[in-house]
Parts: sequence; C-alpha cells; structure tokens
Amino acid sequence: MNLLGTDPLFVNGVSWAVVLIVVVKVVVAFAVLMGAVTMMIWFERKAISDMQSRIGPNRVGPWGLLQSLADGIKLFFKEDLIPAEADRFVFKLAPYLVVVPAFLIFTVVPVGGQVTLFGHTFDLQVADPPMGILLVLACSGIAVYGVMLAGWASGSKYPLMSSVRASAQMISYEAAMGMNVVTVLLVANTLSTRGIVASQGGSILHWNLIRTGFVPFVLFLIAVTAELNRPPFDVVEADSELVGGFNTEYSSIRFALFYLAEFMNTITMSAIMVTLFFGGPAGPIPNIPHLRWVFPILWFTVKVVAFCFMYIWFRAALPRMRYDQLMDLGWKRLIPLSLAWMLLVAAAITNWRWAIGVLAAIIIAAVLLLRAFDLGGARELEDQAVLPSIGARPLPGYVLRQLTDAEEVED
Amino acid sequence: MIAATIPDLAVFFVGAAIIVVGALGVILAKNPVHAALSLVMTLFGIAVLFIEEQANFLAAVQIIVYAGAIVVLFLFVIMFLGVDKAEDITTEPIVGQRPIAAIVVAALMASIVALGQLGHWMVGTHASTTATTGNDVADLGRSVFTTYLFAFEATAALLVIAVVGAVVLARRVSPDELSTDEPEVAQVPEDLGATMTAGEVEQ
Repeated sequence: MNLLGTDPLFVNGVSWAVVLIVVVKVVVAFAVLMGAVTMMIWFERKAISDMQSRIGPNRVGPWGLLQSLADGIKLFFKEDLIPAEADRFVFKLAPYLVVVPAFLIFTVVPVGGQVTLFGHTFDLQVADPPMGILLVLACSGIAVYGVMLAGWASGSKYPLMSSVRASAQMISYEAAMGMNVVTVLLVANTLSTRGIVASQGGSILHWNLIRTGFVPFVLFLIAVTAELNRPPFDVVEADSELVGGFNTEYSSIRFALFYLAEFMNTITMSAIMVTLFFGGPAGPIPNIPHLRWVFPILWFTVKVVAFCFMYIWFRAALPRMRYDQLMDLGWKRLIPLSLAWMLLVAAAITNWRWAIGVLAAIIIAAVLLLRAFDLGGARELEDQAVLPSIGARPLPGYVLRQLTDAEEVED
Repeated sequence: MIAATIPDLAVFFVGAAIIVVGALGVILAKNPVHAALSLVMTLFGIAVLFIEEQANFLAAVQIIVYAGAIVVLFLFVIMFLGVDKAEDITTEPIVGQRPIAAIVVAALMASIVALGQLGHWMVGTHASTTATTGNDVADLGRSVFTTYLFAFEATAALLVIAVVGAVVLARRVSPDELSTDEPEVAQVPEDLGATMTAGEVEQ
C-alpha cells in the first residue's frame, strides 16, 4: 500500500469500482491534457499575434479556435519521411521518449481537492506516489534522451549540433532545478506532491513562494524555462543557425509529437510551479452547496494559465540568449545561488545560530567565487580565446565589417 | 519471515528480464549509441526492482542520476567525439584480458550464488530491505549521515578529486599545439582595419 501513497481511494482495498475510477482518472487526465495543448497552441499564437500587431489564426472555427485541430489533422495525413542516413529504430523511438514523460509528469500534479463520488473518496490527481516530485525530475531527465536521440538519429549535421546543445543545456539546468526543488522539500517536509500542497494550506503566507523566500521561485522559473527550451533559452531551436533544430528531419505525425510535447511540457511545468510554490489548488472557497469542489480546480487553472501566459510573454519580449551566455548563467549564477539559498534555508530551519553561521560562510564563499570568476574571465582574454569579448557583448558591427572587408580584398 | 507472493514474483521476473536483456544489449550491440540505450533499459529494470523493494527514493534517484545524467553524458561524449561507428572487436586490445575477465566473472558469480545459499536470499520478496519507519528517505538520510558518514564523505571526496583530476588533464595544452588548430584572433587592435590582413584573420 505504501507504493500507492496516501490516496484515500485505496484505504478499503482494491475493488472493481476502484479500478474503474483509476481508469477514468487516467482517461480524463489524458483528454484534458490533449485539449489543453490545442488551446495552449491557439493561445500562444493569438497572444503573440496581439503583441506583434498581427491578427493570428482566424479562419478555422470561431476566433480560429480550431486551428490547432486542423493543423493536427493535416500533420496526421502527411507523408512520413525517414531520411536515408537515419538510424531507423532510434529515429522512430525518439518522439515517444519526449511525449511519454510529458504525459507522466502531469500524473503527479494535484488538480483539485478530494471528491466523494458513489461512496468512494478520491484525490483529483492521477497518482500520488511517495517519490512524488522526484518523478518530475526523473521524467525531465528522460525527456533529454528524446531530444538528443532525435538529433543524432536523423543522420544530419544541424540536428546533431542542436541535440548536442540541447543535452548540455538540459543537464546543466536540471542541477539548478533539482536544488530549488530540494529547498521546497526542506520546507514542506515531504516528497509527495499532495503533501507539498497540503503543507501550503491556510493563507497566502503559507505558500512556499513566501516561505522559501521568493529567490528559489525565481531561480526555478529560469531553470525550468531553460529546461523547456523555451525562449529566451531556445538555442536548441535557433532557426537562424540550425535550420530548425533537432526535429528538422522529422515530418508528419512524428513532428506533431515533438510539437505536442513542447507545448504539453509548458503546461505541465507551469502546473509543477503552481504546485511547488503557489499552493496548487489552494484558494478561497465560497460556501456554495454541491459546488465547493469546483473552486480548487478553478484556482488551479487560473494559476496555470497565468504561468502559460508568462511564457508566451517571455517569447514575445525577450531576445534569444547566446549559447555561452546561457551556460554562464546556468553554471556560474544559478547553481551557486541555488546551492547557497538551499543551505541557508536548511540552516534557518534548524535554528538561528546555524543560520548566521551559514550566512557568513556563504558570503565568504561568494567573495571567493566572484574573485575566481574575475581571474578566469581575465584569462579567457589571453591567447586561448578565439574571439575576444568586448565588454559583455559580441564583436561590434564596425569590427566585424572590417574583418569581412579584409577578406574580400584578399579574394 | 516475508514470503514472496505471486505479484512480487511476477514483478521480479519482469524486472530481471528487462535487466538481462538490457545488459546483453550493452555488450552485443555494434553501435555504441544502441549499447548506451540498452544500458538505460538495464537501469530502468533496476529501478523497477527498487520499487518492488519499497526503496522508492532509490528508484527515483536511479532514474534521475544514472539514466538522466550519467548515460546522457556517455551519449554526449559518443556523439560529440563522433565515435558512433561499429567497431572491430575481433582483436584483443590487451593480451590475456578476456580469459582473465572470464575467470573473474565466474568467481564473482560463484560467490554470489554461495552468499545467496548461506544468507537465505529469496527471489522476489517484497520489501526485504525493511524500512523501519516506513519513510525510506528519512532512513537513508539517517544512515548516510550517522552510521556510514565516513564512507559517504570519502566517496564525495573521491568524486571531487576525480573531477579536479579530469579538469587538470583536459586543460594541459601547450601553446604551440594551440596555435596550430585554433584561429588566432586573440586581441583586436584598435586600428584593426589598417593593420590586420586577411591572412592574419584566416590563420
């Protein structure tokens, strides 16, 4: 029973009704997620169009709402190509390695409170395993394979470059992401997602956003954005450098699966952020008979949509980061900061003496680290550097022009 | 004594089958990428067995660390260095390596079987690791930071030494070597257009 966690559904043993409820939960979660993805794609295209003074999809259905459905049907009936140079088995396997974890992550998200139906009380959550939130980290670890193998199996140069970038980026940011999850776990004192949500009950002051001191949320948000390969960290799909990214050689339904996974991950990771930092389905519940169970779901949806909109806003507002800036941010800023904050929270939970001691240690470590960055940065500018960085930016335009002009003279 | 039930046995044999098939794939696959993927399959099988033993935390860590990070790094290196080609394994790289390996494997297998007989191990028992509090994370944390503190810290130190060693080995590049395979646009002079010619740029 331990494996099934604390779900009240299994308290009285497993009967056919219980199995049926579990099956219904799985099917509903699947359907809701698929529907949410089509809505998300429409929402993203429409919101970005508005921000860029365009109209966006407006032909299929009212306000273009059915555009994603039409696109999906079109992709489904298109010819499925496998490149001659491809590793056929891995090429076919890769999309599923991206899609399946995207679905699995959503299974541990508590969507609402508990509901009693036909004499059975159950959580509005597909599963509540004891390892809870670790399943999210495991799934995002597996999703790396999909991206990586898709690029490699295509047998093509640019997708391979993209997948090398993707794997390096996703591993780097996974560390920062994991450390911020640990900070939340220290406060929540449990691994189960339902437990994490329960520990944030009460008022808004109990949300982990406040209890962990805001910083882990910001770091987690940045790390997740990079983990999702969303703008401004989408060097994996930098069209101007890499043709299209790791999925360049994919077509038809396999391409649709990558597309689906990308948007589904945006939704599920927003849901994870809401669960970890914003109390999940927590919110005021007005005393309306028979409708009390609706409000947690409503609050949850509102919070998730807010995060989805934020990602869209990022995409419209922020320019893509250069690859070295991305790595610098991940390794030199996010990981040390996450580690320091995690230690600080751990010490503060113990007692205030420890907190002061750890704070002092962190300040000393930070000074040493900054000095080390300084020295390392200075060394990069010596004869090892391929291109000197001038200030914090790449070569200025006039220098580049002079370089190319010189070449042309030689020709 | 905990006895193995039918579901326990079923999970054990499925997990064991996944592990063995994956392990065979690692040594039989001609392509290093396929071998690495088989290794992932083996690690998943081990995670299944961990869950069967109610070591949920270990199962999650198995996937996060081994499948999610270490094998990804293997693949990263395989792809980055472009060694993803079938290799000829008919010649022995080190003379006498294979007979010795066979003997060691036989000895290890014999000792495992012997230990199993002496220690009354059972196939497919459920939760034989007996989490005392029912909270495997707390149990693990307590034993790692109390009983096995020295071993734990020594392992951590070993890993740090390995990382530092790898960095030192990787950074040892002589200046002559560097100038031949990397273009030399070290410093941009202030009057660049006047002094720098295409030859210098292209070097």
